[in-house]
Amino acid sequence: MCLPVPLNAMPSGGACGAVSDALLHLPEPIRAKVRDHPCYSEEAHHHFARMHVAVAPACNIQCHYCNRKYDCANESRPGVASELLTPAQAVRKALAVAATIPQMTVLGIAGPGDSLANPERTFETFRQLCEKAPDIKLCLSTNGLNLPEYVDEIARHNIGHVTITINCLDPEIGMRIYPWIFWKNRRIRGREAAAILIEQQQRGLEMLAARGILVKVNSVMIPGVNDEHLKEVSRTVKARGAFLHNVMPLIAEPEHGSYYGIMGQRGPTAAELQALQDACAGDMAMMRHCRQCRADAVGLLGEDRGAEFALDKLDAISVDYDLALSRRQETRAAIFRRLDAGRETRRAFRVWKTETKVMTTIIPAQEPECRAPPTATDCRPVVMAVATAGQGLINQHFGHAREFLVYEASPAGARFIGHRKADLYCAGAKDCDEEEEDEEGRSAASILERTIAALSGCEVLLCARIGYAPWKRLEAAGIQPNGEHAMEDIKDAVLAVYREMAATGKLAPVRQERA
Amino acid sequence: MALSITEVCTGCWACIGVCPNQAIHADEPIFAIDPEKCTECVAEFAEAQCAAICPIECAIVDELGAPLNPPGSLTGIPSENWRVEIVRL
Repeated sequence: MCLPVPLNAMPSGGACGAVSDALLHLPEPIRAKVRDHPCYSEEAHHHFARMHVAVAPACNIQCHYCNRKYDCANESRPGVASELLTPAQAVRKALAVAATIPQMTVLGIAGPGDSLANPERTFETFRQLCEKAPDIKLCLSTNGLNLPEYVDEIARHNIGHVTITINCLDPEIGMRIYPWIFWKNRRIRGREAAAILIEQQQRGLEMLAARGILVKVNSVMIPGVNDEHLKEVSRTVKARGAFLHNVMPLIAEPEHGSYYGIMGQRGPTAAELQALQDACAGDMAMMRHCRQCRADAVGLLGEDRGAEFALDKLDAISVDYDLALSRRQETRAAIFRRLDAGRETRRAFRVWKTETKVMTTIIPAQEPECRAPPTATDCRPVVMAVATAGQGLINQHFGHAREFLVYEASPAGARFIGHRKADLYCAGAKDCDEEEEDEEGRSAASILERTIAALSGCEVLLCARIGYAPWKRLEAAGIQPNGEHAMEDIKDAVLAVYREMAATGKLAPVRQERA
Repeated sequence: MALSITEVCTGCWACIGVCPNQAIHADEPIFAIDPEKCTECVAEFAEAQCAAICPIECAIVDELGAPLNPPGSLTGIPSENWRVEIVRL
């Protein structure tokens, strides 16, 4: 396989300062294309919503992490959908969602099978939606097997973003992930199947890149199978024109009935995933905010409002196309204004600080600022978890959080490194200190313990509010809760807490460990 | 001579798109093959197309009821692990 092509020197994941975004190094036209796309831009995912329409049921390959028999409304993972839609139904649903959620910018087709194994249904959906809501960005994701055949049609439909799932370049590894493919009217198995799939994926990637279509590559990290190999995948797909790489953890449970689930193949730990993402980041812009959502997900990433827009509820939603379109445009403009204003404020703040050398209240004046050399390398990095309901703010009650965003603060600044799923701890307006049991008989305490386990490695938890009992439990587990930065910008708050920790001597030098 | 679809079908539509005789339709609750139209692809292809793309073992059977994709043939899950899956169903 010929690859080498010099790789651009790229800032590794930790770009600098409060404006760090994995896409900052990209040329302006690409940034403009993704700045309101939640699945491509980490910043956008706090503010903009997407929806997937499940119009593509058929698949032409089998992956060992997938089982088409199992479908559950409470499951959130790729390949799962509650109801299959015709293109006309999908467009009706999309228009209803776009009228109800004005932050919606993107419609994607991601299954539940493969979008390009159902080309008529997929492209008919795009054609109809493009007529009725021309402002909505279209994207699709595919396993790549049929991609070269449809690249021209993708370009014709003005689909600006394509995601290809590429798990390997080596057929020996591929045959441990894909048991068979359907290719040229035959079921092909083993090494031959993997080799064909890999070749089609790489050809498709190059053809899309040549047409200026943005390509993101998704890879499933399967420990012991392709984990080490994904570093080479990352380098190669970058060289071939992908602009973003998303390494996702394997989801495999026996109850899913997939080969990996039944055979006991484990997924990676949060630390293993992060280490691999960091290793790949040297070569490639990495995406870390993926939530591996369902084939019919609706709303902001990390939330799913699909049930509100089930087919039987659509009739009750009336849509005024023009009004909906203008509301979306206003909403989008308002979000951009807010983001630009935030960037400007932070920039001005940094300039003012450098010029005056005055420390604000969040940086105690008697202590040197952690970011300034030569003390910079003396401060160890700290991982913090954040409860947020979107907009890039610390605006969620600890007990209401279904997931936590994870940031690493270091002398170089704050950077987003991932997210951790939590069991919903507080079920309502009740005092969440109580030892209530939920409908499945799980006590609040046991749910809280699982959430604390999910936050392993985090030293600080930032949230809008938190009850007394969970506060004590978190503290006992070595995670310091902090509700002082409610409604503040996440990265600003993470840095403020980091500086405070530095000022109070909690970031003892670890130079020898980091060397 | 015709194939048929059993109740383990998940209705994924893959077979409908590849059948050269338009013999398959989306029936409730599972898909069905019209025995008048099905040729088992004998003249057209080396393999019956529905069975060649179907992801579900035992979903497509011949006239004797024998599955074209027997247990374990698609997932690669060895027989000693089957019980786990059958219990879940």
